[in-house]
Amino acid sequence: MKYDVLIIGAGIVGSSIAFELSKYNLKVAVVEKENDVSLGTTKANSGIVHAGYDPRPGTIMTRLNVLGNKMYEELAPKLNVHYKKIGSLVIGRNDKDKALIEELYRRGIENGVPELSIIDKDEIKKIEPNLNEDITVALLAKSAAVVSPWEMCLALMENAVRNGVKLHLNNEVKEIKKENDCFIIKTDKNTFESQYVINAAGLYSDKINSLVTGRDDFSIVPIKGEYYLLDKGQGKTVNHVIFQTPNELGKGVLVSQTVHGNLIVGPNASFDLKDKNDVSVTQEALDYIRKASALSCSNINFRDNIRNFSGVRATISKFDDFIIGESDSVKGFINFAGIKSPGLTCGPAFGIEAKEILEKSGLVFTKKDDFILVPLPKFFNEMSKEEIDMKIKENPLYGRIICRCETVSEGQIVDALHRPIVVPSIDAIKRRTNAGMGRCQGGFCGPKVLEIIKRELNLEPTEIMQDKEGSNIVLNYTKGGVKDE
Amino acid sequence: MSKHDLVIVGGGPAGLSAAYEAYKEGIRDIVIIERDSFLGGILNQCIHNGFGLHRFKEELTGPEYASRYIDMVKTTSAIIKSDSMVLHVTDNKEVHYVNKDEGYQIIEAKAVILAMGCRERTRGAISIPGTRASGVFTAGACQKYVNMDGYLVGKRIVILGSGDIGLIMARRMTLEGCKVLAVVELMPYSNGLNRNVVQCLNDFNIPLYLSHTVTDLIGKNRVEKVIVSKVDENRKPIKGTEMEFECDTLLLSVGLIPENELSKEAGVELDRRTNGPVVYENMETSIPGIFACGNVLHVHDLVDNVSLEASKAGKSAAKYILSKKELSNDYINLVNGNEVSYTCPQKIRKDNVDDVIEVFFRVRSVMKNKRILVKSNGEVISKVMRLHLAPGEMESVKITKEQLSTCSDTIEISVEED
Repeated sequence: MKYDVLIIGAGIVGSSIAFELSKYNLKVAVVEKENDVSLGTTKANSGIVHAGYDPRPGTIMTRLNVLGNKMYEELAPKLNVHYKKIGSLVIGRNDKDKALIEELYRRGIENGVPELSIIDKDEIKKIEPNLNEDITVALLAKSAAVVSPWEMCLALMENAVRNGVKLHLNNEVKEIKKENDCFIIKTDKNTFESQYVINAAGLYSDKINSLVTGRDDFSIVPIKGEYYLLDKGQGKTVNHVIFQTPNELGKGVLVSQTVHGNLIVGPNASFDLKDKNDVSVTQEALDYIRKASALSCSNINFRDNIRNFSGVRATISKFDDFIIGESDSVKGFINFAGIKSPGLTCGPAFGIEAKEILEKSGLVFTKKDDFILVPLPKFFNEMSKEEIDMKIKENPLYGRIICRCETVSEGQIVDALHRPIVVPSIDAIKRRTNAGMGRCQGGFCGPKVLEIIKRELNLEPTEIMQDKEGSNIVLNYTKGGVKDE
Repeated sequence: MSKHDLVIVGGGPAGLSAAYEAYKEGIRDIVIIERDSFLGGILNQCIHNGFGLHRFKEELTGPEYASRYIDMVKTTSAIIKSDSMVLHVTDNKEVHYVNKDEGYQIIEAKAVILAMGCRERTRGAISIPGTRASGVFTAGACQKYVNMDGYLVGKRIVILGSGDIGLIMARRMTLEGCKVLAVVELMPYSNGLNRNVVQCLNDFNIPLYLSHTVTDLIGKNRVEKVIVSKVDENRKPIKGTEMEFECDTLLLSVGLIPENELSKEAGVELDRRTNGPVVYENMETSIPGIFACGNVLHVHDLVDNVSLEASKAGKSAAKYILSKKELSNDYINLVNGNEVSYTCPQKIRKDNVDDVIEVFFRVRSVMKNKRILVKSNGEVISKVMRLHLAPGEMESVKITKEQLSTCSDTIEISVEED
């Protein structure tokens, strides 16, 4: 089958584009090298919907940031993606900071950011009593929010798939040729044909661009950011996303509530990565983050840390904007490259942008009559007593709690294994249900989740991954024994 | 909403012993709520022996020890709700739970015993640097996979932490045909029972690296290597002492944390030293009628002590339900003296002690030939000799009612030179 559009990459960019295109009568495919959506830059970042005062006026980044921010407010509830508009503060303690904050304020106004104000020490104390005493000035942006990045990505792609988009996981693109106005895309498993190819390959978008154009038009420089994630008991330490004044390395170390109620602290910025996949955490970075975050709030209890992680940002060297648009050398090839921060914020806007580019290039869009939108399921700990009771009466599996820290029932896990995108990994279940997200980090529920995946998908335990392909949990039966009969 | 005399949250060794004792003391309307499918708690996966030497004067495996108590409880009228999860406990002793058959239920209880046990500290809690490769398990999770599910989760193994579960798993995985390359311990001494160091490591020639820790973890998708470094007296890694172990698995036995989310929500006062509730001499928490026992109260090393402590909680809960007598608010505070890291109970109401009270405590370091002193007002009211003391081995002293009568409002327990 020949597709109209083939998207490379199932991160927030590819998912948003797939979602938007699935509203129209088009044949669309997505190829993704990993075993689930969101596994690159999308799943490991600060999870923030930025207000939009940061990027330079006139850039694509700025336009999509402000638009994306607005879109989240409407789309996240429709998709039942966790999203909380908690607002952000950029804090300062001296005249230099104050000047920077004023500049950000002016830039924000120029960028069209709503609900911006500069507040003084008294107001800061009122809304953020745990911040350090020496903080005297802050930029308050009420439109900033926190979101679950992987939920957003999943909800978009899941609905794209419900509406006919073909998602091919575990397919790494190896070769792209153009013959007679048609792209031939070879992955390590399949060959696809498509009229258009959209490059949403994140950290590898430079490689994909080179495969198509034969030129090194740009190169992606990976910049790693490492984080602490603290137990929910610490979540209330701050009420807003707390940024320090930005420097040349990025937006600095932030302290924020996450959308699930934990406290996130980070990131640093490490350069010179040997491997774009290097998501390791280093002692030096952790020490730096603890020290740097103490400048915002010195009483964070790092003893309540439950996880460290890192993510890699896909930045373009010597260029401070996204590269979005149809290639000038190969018609039908469209780049969405260098999507660094605020890429997550721009998320929903990428789909709109892609549609416009494709339309301009000559692709015809007609609306589907039967487009459906199914929200993600509600979490157990957000239901009322009556709702829980009802759910258990409908399906008794909802009465068996598997993850005690996050109160996740067997019913939710079984549901996650029968939705449009099924992935036999414990972390895929974590991203869909929150099982294993809590303070015991899956110590108790991991073995139980493994059993449920095994039963529902009729797999051998050795076939179930912790996360990506190759991250096996069980290596064998004990004593080389045999399967239960 | 239903009404019951006594609700016990947790059907592990603590919950079972508390239920049995409460029944013996005359309580008939008892509900045990257990989140797992079976009673017995963590004992079910502890298939090694060494349980029950004190309580039953014989050496049992974990499941055997559990089944003794399960059989005892089955002779009582206690109602057992398994696969049932308690979602909330309120300060007025409402217990909210869910299960498959009943949906969402609320019990109004006259007394509640908290016996939820503890959880393991994770990689995150100690921030081990490195990749996010699979193959990092808490020792208890590995034990569940191997002993309950019949799965082998690794072949070449390094274990961080020499707590009892780590030591037990070193032996267990060796018997399963795995190679345990090293047990690595941050402290200059093992945190486990001495008998476990001998029987689980020495007998199998498994090296124990004291004053070492894991400083890096390498592996793309599955663990490929761990880096172990020596630490200085401040427990900071020393550069240049790195050792590399090629392995596919890292097991963590780096401590246990009493699981008190329900207690916190109920408003029970917690002790920062134990991470468990502050209790009086009768295992009663700061909320009258809510009791706590077992690993939710403080982490034990012997299940025999859990049973003993829980029977006290069961007895006290029965007394609370049957007698309408208010207890006085006068109490003695127990405080840490030299080399003592916590005491349990933390408070004693003199007039609620029958003849003698046993106070459990832990020490901060390994010591030989010391005296344990119980002091009040600077006066020594009791002293005992110990040949050997270690943080991994819980200690206790008995204080008689008569000795208590001479005490003022604090008692200090300390370890002093002989």
